[in-house]
Amino acid sequence: MDATASRSLNSLAQVLKLAMLVALGFFLSIYVVENPQDSLVSRLVSYPKIAALLGQHLTIVGISCLLAIVTAVPTGILITRSHLRKWAPKIIGLVNIAQAVPSLAVVALSVGLLGVGSSTAILALWLYSLLPILNNTLTGINELEPSIIEAAHGMGMNPRRILYKIELPLASPLIISGIRTAVTINIGSAILAAFVGGGGLGNLIIAGNNISRWQVVVLGATLPVIMALIADTGFDLFERRWRVKRG
Amino acid sequence: MIVFDQVTKRYPGTTADVVNQLSLTINDGEICILVGPSGCGKTTTMKMINKLIPPSSGSILIDGHDIGAIDTIALRLNIGYIIQDIGLFPHMTVAENIATVPVELGWKKDRISARVDELLDLVELEPKIYRHKKPRELSGGQRQRVGVARALAADPKIMLMDEPFGALDPITRAKLQDEFLKIQAKIKKTIVFVTHDIDEALKMGDRIAVLKAGRVVQYGTPMEILARPADPFVSELIGGRNSLKMMNLLTCGEVMEKVGMASDFAAAATVSIQATTQDALAEMFRTGQSTVLVLDDQKNVQGLIRLETLLESVSDYGRNS
Repeated sequence: MDATASRSLNSLAQVLKLAMLVALGFFLSIYVVENPQDSLVSRLVSYPKIAALLGQHLTIVGISCLLAIVTAVPTGILITRSHLRKWAPKIIGLVNIAQAVPSLAVVALSVGLLGVGSSTAILALWLYSLLPILNNTLTGINELEPSIIEAAHGMGMNPRRILYKIELPLASPLIISGIRTAVTINIGSAILAAFVGGGGLGNLIIAGNNISRWQVVVLGATLPVIMALIADTGFDLFERRWRVKRG
Repeated sequence: MIVFDQVTKRYPGTTADVVNQLSLTINDGEICILVGPSGCGKTTTMKMINKLIPPSSGSILIDGHDIGAIDTIALRLNIGYIIQDIGLFPHMTVAENIATVPVELGWKKDRISARVDELLDLVELEPKIYRHKKPRELSGGQRQRVGVARALAADPKIMLMDEPFGALDPITRAKLQDEFLKIQAKIKKTIVFVTHDIDEALKMGDRIAVLKAGRVVQYGTPMEILARPADPFVSELIGGRNSLKMMNLLTCGEVMEKVGMASDFAAAATVSIQATTQDALAEMFRTGQSTVLVLDDQKNVQGLIRLETLLESVSDYGRNS
């Protein structure tokens, strides 16, 4: 089998996996809504309720990841520029501290800053997703073949053009994989938003736990897992396409 | 013309000069080779021409203009640049790579694409096949050809080449050297060529600057350097057998005695008019004859070479010129 065929077969497998994950999520939700353990569960879980919590969850993840991308990628680029390079270890060190603190503690500490609500959750998750994106942007650019950059300089490309035409395109696979890590982790961590009144699927876990109904807890815990797997598979597909397009 | 005037380069925090009071004049249309062992300052010297490395003192003039006063980007866009690792951009096609400088200069699309095809033809890569390939689909030799085409794209007057054939196997290297000399005969660029290989220097150079510890110890044509090495360092670099190497630089056409009718020599050994005198000597040894006939491309006899002529041509060079 030649390389192109095996590549498209692989992509097909990933698409199937994606479809199965989505189906699994639907099946689980339908099962719990249609076959509730008792009236308590049926009162707590309905299609509009799940949809609303899912929406909150995705919003928190989406906003925090977007914020992380628009802050971490430019910062990562800036600290690869020759005059700012000396700051790189310090900035990475600072972001590393945020990463070293357990996620629940980050969330709790954010409450001290912004009180309860979804913006607290977004702040915590933003802090938490900076490191993988920043780190990968930095490594992606710094570890390019020096001869490529030297050739670009020697031929008379200015630093800005080198960044846009050479460095960023070549570093993009690594940057994207940093974003992939951040998004995947964030979908799981966003469960913690429920503890600071940020909503999301974590609400189901807390409520289910309070009334001791396993169906609700399982639904609240499983949906984020499925979402994380969907995101991961989605990124995998995207990265394949990206690589094929760029050669 | 490129002129180095008392150029010195010392890196901060070091005590030795990498380039030390170097003065050198590189003529238009010539290949000037900077040759010497590692650390002799040859690459530093070359990189000061396109301001990749700023000199600590002294000045470099191109056609009488101090490069310190020329905008760096404008200067570099007008100097072709080829390095050993080639530095082709892996995410771009061959055509996009070659078009780098024209794109920076803002050429129109069809002008660029015509130029790319012209250059691919020049370096003997079929445009239809190679235009859309990525660098990783090419062999080392093909990549180097693309590197040459890319450096030539905007038709710069000057080209800088840093060990351009260093990473290739000996057969491919010799082939690309020959092809490059053929191209240079057509385009007549002013070329600064860095190598540590004295045989490459002798083969490719119109003029050779031998560098040692940041200084030029000898500057001359390959024949001059072989005939009269300036000091033991240059002799050691050449590695002996100077006369044989000189014979490699002289063609049979240059030393032969012209003859009109050649029927008398019908049985004699023959060499081509483009062959080197070393080839002629080898032919003498092979056939056991002390005279060889020199043939042109149509296999017509143009002249003859005697063993005595060979001896004189090489030993005379050392004495007279």
